[in-house]
Amino acid sequence: MAAIETNNRPNTDEGGMGYLQSLPRRVVTVYLPLLIFVIVLLFPFYWMTITAVKPNLEMTDYANFNPFWVVHPTLEHIRYLLFDTSYPGWLLNTIIISTAATFLSLLAAVFAAYAIERLRFSGARQVGLAIFLAYLVPPSILFIPLSVMVFNLGLYDTPFALILTYPTFLIPFCTWLLMGYFRSIPFELEECALIDGASRWQILTKIVLPLSVPGLISAGIFAFTLSWNEFIYALTFIQSSENKTVPVGVLTELVRSDVYEWGALMAGALIGSLPVVVLYSFFVEHYVSSMTGAVKE
Amino acid sequence: MAVPSAAIQPRSSIFSRILSRWSESRNALGFGFMLPAAALLLVFLTYPLGLGVWLGFTDARIGRPGIFIGIENYEYLWSDAVFWLSVFNTLLYTISASILKFALGLWLALLLNQNLPFKSFFRAIVLLPWVVPTVLSAIAFWWIYDSQFSILSWALMEMGLIDHRINFLGDPENARASVIAANVWRGIPFVAITLLAGLQTIPQSLYEAATLDGASRWQLFRYVTLPLLTPIIAITMTFSVLFTFTDFQLIYVLTRGGPVNATHLMATLSFQRGISGGQLGEGAAIAVAMIPFLLAAILFSYFGLQRRKWQQGGGD
Repeated sequence: MAAIETNNRPNTDEGGMGYLQSLPRRVVTVYLPLLIFVIVLLFPFYWMTITAVKPNLEMTDYANFNPFWVVHPTLEHIRYLLFDTSYPGWLLNTIIISTAATFLSLLAAVFAAYAIERLRFSGARQVGLAIFLAYLVPPSILFIPLSVMVFNLGLYDTPFALILTYPTFLIPFCTWLLMGYFRSIPFELEECALIDGASRWQILTKIVLPLSVPGLISAGIFAFTLSWNEFIYALTFIQSSENKTVPVGVLTELVRSDVYEWGALMAGALIGSLPVVVLYSFFVEHYVSSMTGAVKE
Repeated sequence: MAVPSAAIQPRSSIFSRILSRWSESRNALGFGFMLPAAALLLVFLTYPLGLGVWLGFTDARIGRPGIFIGIENYEYLWSDAVFWLSVFNTLLYTISASILKFALGLWLALLLNQNLPFKSFFRAIVLLPWVVPTVLSAIAFWWIYDSQFSILSWALMEMGLIDHRINFLGDPENARASVIAANVWRGIPFVAITLLAGLQTIPQSLYEAATLDGASRWQLFRYVTLPLLTPIIAITMTFSVLFTFTDFQLIYVLTRGGPVNATHLMATLSFQRGISGGQLGEGAAIAVAMIPFLLAAILFSYFGLQRRKWQQGGGD
């Protein structure tokens, strides 16, 4: 059976030795487990979406309505979320804070990565290692001393508390990523520029940065996602409702003591997830192109 | 790689001469370029790390700077049953979730490495749980685990597998299993995608050669895939263990440490005592107590797997 399949295949190396497996065997060993994985991984999102558009009546009446489907979809929860709560404000806060933190971190990381990777000042290796170790320091250890600092600096309950603390995990990450990217840019290009009399600053802005746009975009998207998802600092440093970010706001403001607004909660979770999912789907496309279109020597 | 241009063109003012000399010196320029990143990290990372250790030795509360009290906080924690329970929970949570994430993630990576239709589509989908904010997906799990309207309970009852609703988050054992399941769900994509990247670097010719030598599918996996994947497994699992050990968000959303502290992790206990309870010193002491565990986990998973790498004849 395998032999018959071999003859039908176009003569490419792409599938490796996959043709040696018969179709029924592939169904059991590959497609079925994969299907189960995909269902399990996607189910919470499906459940989130279906709950967000489900009227309250259907949501709690499993006897008369199949919970896996919605009979009369409603936008009531989303309307409530957008017009009767502070959700749009949280969304705006999150966008501002994430953008500012990402920008700040990228700026610092570009210089740091270039210095470590290309200037190779004395101790560059040690600094590179220190940056990596900084990435391993988890926010769960830092949030108590940071809250003391934030309070003493008068930043408590302001967006700056988050804009200045998010770089602690963004800079190590971006620097590490950009160091890898700068390493892939050939030395010869910089040497040519040096011979032509370019300064280090000109080399960085006119040669290295334009060539590393894909790397900068990946680092930026990762950093933006990380700051969008951040929770413990935002929970600790922000108190007033209008300054909260989406994750904190949804959890602390939409959950009342006795009544859970499940529809609004799910709508909030869904809308809060959408921006990063959209960004990420761009990134997946982009990632492939940046891999294939790497700098040629 | 000296810069000749500045030396050739004579500069008039002293200022520009100093500037040009500075821009030629790697160390001066490197220092200048490192300055923004170093300043931010030193002020908001290194200093708080030290401050945290110091706070652990004080009786600071919110709104009142503490005084040095030696190891009193640690003495108190040593005799505190809830603290030890949280240590036990953290270890249980980290070890079981990491093992599950590794096994399922590796399996998923092997599946995705097959020649599939819609390859990139599957990869994009698999990454979703990792991309969306943990808190928001945890809220979805909270609703899935609801004591009254849990869809899981309903589905299992419809299938006739159970006869009453499962109390997912109300019962200590169930709550532990539930939070571990949610953590595994969130962690699988990261492990799977990084291991997939590693799998794709393994040349097909090795498998072909091994097949010609009569290796079975298991032997292909055991003697070709696994040894070549070990370095990337070491890195992936080090990160995975680290992030699981310090997890906070999932527990805070799903159980807040309850029922009867059965799911309290060290991070959530630190938050509860330090921020909610206002005992900054004690909270900081709990956070500092996590550091030795973290170092041990990093050293174990990193060096443990590194050694296996060269034992099996891997690169360098």
